[in-house]
Amino acid sequence: MMEKPYSFTAELSVRNLACLRNEQVLFSGLNLSLSPKNVLFLQGENGSGKTSLLRILCGFRLPDEGDISWGNQAISSVPEYLQNISFVGHKNGIKDELTVEENLNLMRSMATASDIKTESVLKQIGLFKQADVLSRQLSAGQKRKLALARLMMTENSFWILDEPFTSLDKASVVFFESLIKQHIQRGGMLILTSHHDIDLSGLSVNHFSLSN
Amino acid sequence: MFNAWLQIFQRDLLIAFRRRSEIIHPLIFFVMVISFFPLAIGDDKVLLQKIAPAILWVTALLATMLSLDNLFRSDFEDGSLEQMTLLKTPLSFLVTAKVAAHWFITGLPLILITPLLAVLLYLPSESISMLLLTLLLGTPTLSLIGAVGIALTVGLRQGGVILSLLILPLYIPVLIFATLAMQNVEQGFSAEAQIAMMMAILVLAITLSPFAIAAALKVSLN
Repeated sequence: MMEKPYSFTAELSVRNLACLRNEQVLFSGLNLSLSPKNVLFLQGENGSGKTSLLRILCGFRLPDEGDISWGNQAISSVPEYLQNISFVGHKNGIKDELTVEENLNLMRSMATASDIKTESVLKQIGLFKQADVLSRQLSAGQKRKLALARLMMTENSFWILDEPFTSLDKASVVFFESLIKQHIQRGGMLILTSHHDIDLSGLSVNHFSLSN
Repeated sequence: MFNAWLQIFQRDLLIAFRRRSEIIHPLIFFVMVISFFPLAIGDDKVLLQKIAPAILWVTALLATMLSLDNLFRSDFEDGSLEQMTLLKTPLSFLVTAKVAAHWFITGLPLILITPLLAVLLYLPSESISMLLLTLLLGTPTLSLIGAVGIALTVGLRQGGVILSLLILPLYIPVLIFATLAMQNVEQGFSAEAQIAMMMAILVLAITLSPFAIAAALKVSLN
């Protein structure tokens, strides 16, 4: 099945980026770029600044030095840049007091929604039976799946995933790998970190290593 | 844009409904503290009547402080706040939905229960209506100002002390105008000036605090 390509894409480039944390330089003079249909796989030891880099790209943190541009414009002058990001970080971003279905509908209603039906998402991530269960009662892996379902609910073309497959079972990993492949084929972009082996065969993957 | 506002508002009401103890806690605090005064002072009608506005307002202020702690805490901890900054709708607009929902579940019940407590303190009926008016104008202001402080301290592990130091001084104008309005009414004067001032403070808080809250939240996320 070939889905329609994303409408909002551009090349992301990072120039001379530096990040300080606790008065120590995490990284400096960092240059990288990512174009549509490409994956950037960040690697590095614990504490090498992978998460900080992702948080800077999401606009949660300001870089201590350097610029980030989206299609040759600084991201601060492209308001659509942030709106186009689907971010799944260490925190799941789901509400414990809401049911699985309510969480999904909330994710959808907040952004440019995709056409996919909530019911179909629930079936695909294997939480159909738990649709009316409060999220607090889910297992860690189920919560993670729900957090990753965010990717299916919107039409965002830039995905930023920080250790996405923590506590997922094998079948779910395979499912989300296929989701990533579909996303890239539609012209999407992806930056991720992972200590798991991820099968991204057939995709154009750039490895980038952060070291301290 | 308004859809997102409504979604956040509804979401917060639903969560509050499922976590009822958090709504009830400040309310119980309010009822208990006020009902302790007649017990401690005894049946001294004149004295109680005289200090009733102060008691009611100071307790309302502290109850609001108490209820504020949870305004952004859970969103900050579970990552919902990060997701909110990535939305099309500006954060400064979305936070007003959170503050509105918060006032709805903490400020409003407090106002509704106040007439009952005012009777306990022998407050005459004309003062009660003025009390309700000052609370109606004052508690949203308290929520909005408090939200700025909460937004600034939500990232800190022990923000409680700083929070009180930050917010309580800003609450003083509201407290002064509210109690002054009630004193005026009791002495048979008009309270128009105080009410006008409280309205002005409320309008100021509504227009400016959303930007301050959003900016403070972004600092906390950093």
